[in-house]
Amino acid sequence: MLIKVNGKDLLLEKEVTVKQLLEMQKVEMQDYVTVQINDELVDRADFEVLTVKEGDTVEFLYFMGGGDR
Amino acid sequence: MSFTNEQMERYSRHIILKDVGVKGQKKLLQSKVLIIGTGGLGAPAAMYLAAAGIGTIGLVDSDAVELSNLQRQIIHLTKDVGKPKVLSAKETINEMNPDVDVVTYQEWVNAANVKDIIKDRDYDFIIDGTDNFPAKFLINDACVLTKKPFSHAGIIRFQGQTMTYVPGKGPCYRCIFQSPPPPDKVPTCKQAGVLGVMGGIIGTIQATEAIKYILGIGDLLMGYLLTYDALKMEFRKIKLPSNQKCQVCGENPTIKELMDYEQPVCDLKF
Repeated sequence: MLIKVNGKDLLLEKEVTVKQLLEMQKVEMQDYVTVQINDELVDRADFEVLTVKEGDTVEFLYFMGGGDR
Repeated sequence: MSFTNEQMERYSRHIILKDVGVKGQKKLLQSKVLIIGTGGLGAPAAMYLAAAGIGTIGLVDSDAVELSNLQRQIIHLTKDVGKPKVLSAKETINEMNPDVDVVTYQEWVNAANVKDIIKDRDYDFIIDGTDNFPAKFLINDACVLTKKPFSHAGIIRFQGQTMTYVPGKGPCYRCIFQSPPPPDKVPTCKQAGVLGVMGGIIGTIQATEAIKYILGIGDLLMGYLLTYDALKMEFRKIKLPSNQKCQVCGENPTIKELMDYEQPVCDLKF
């Protein structure tokens, strides 16, 4: 099945949970990434149970500091 | 308020734009923008806003200029090393454009002073150019509670992000990021490095948002996170939902007073 992750197409053999997808995508600091699926925020508590479906658009949003100093 | 001949010439490229014109330039000259952090993001933002003729620019920073700042904080010059950043920035702005009244606050923002600073000149728009999450969440909450629009931004390595908050019209920073990460979990620019131009690109976008808000033109990054990857030379505009459960701007807010988050000691000073 085809999904979109941060704007790029990703082909998956089967449905995966958000947590599995984070691992597959080698996302660092998984406890501090905000996940959005189809413009909806995903509750962190649902990462292990919510599955990503065919055609879903997934965004990983990261903390970014920087600026001063 | 009428323009002098010098002002007509100085702002002629603005005035010729039909979305700005004489009326818009007057608005800019009568507007007040507060820039928190006079570093990588705040420096270029302050310079473009000064050049644009923003009438009052407030600068908040407790730090002094260090040699390692000069690779990106272009408002400060080599001769300014050791000088308070707000003073150094004020001097640069004064030389750039005498129309700008610069107000300096040589302090860090905290729960006790941030609202007073915002209210000091009743600033129209706030730019978050800080480098740490406690300050970013504090500025967000202060802007939500005082109903002020602001631009969030962050930069690290070759990446940057920015979003604009307008009270009652879209999600705030906390809607998306909820609470600061633990102090040692997310790297700072000092630890991870940052390409000097990142502040220029993202800080200049923050200045653009401030100008658009003041003029009431175009579409703001309201409800969107703009991300920039300099290595891939890729901008992405990600739609953000409002979060009804947001602790500060949601339907049942639990944050009604400002609070200070603990700041890692290594971040406070070199």
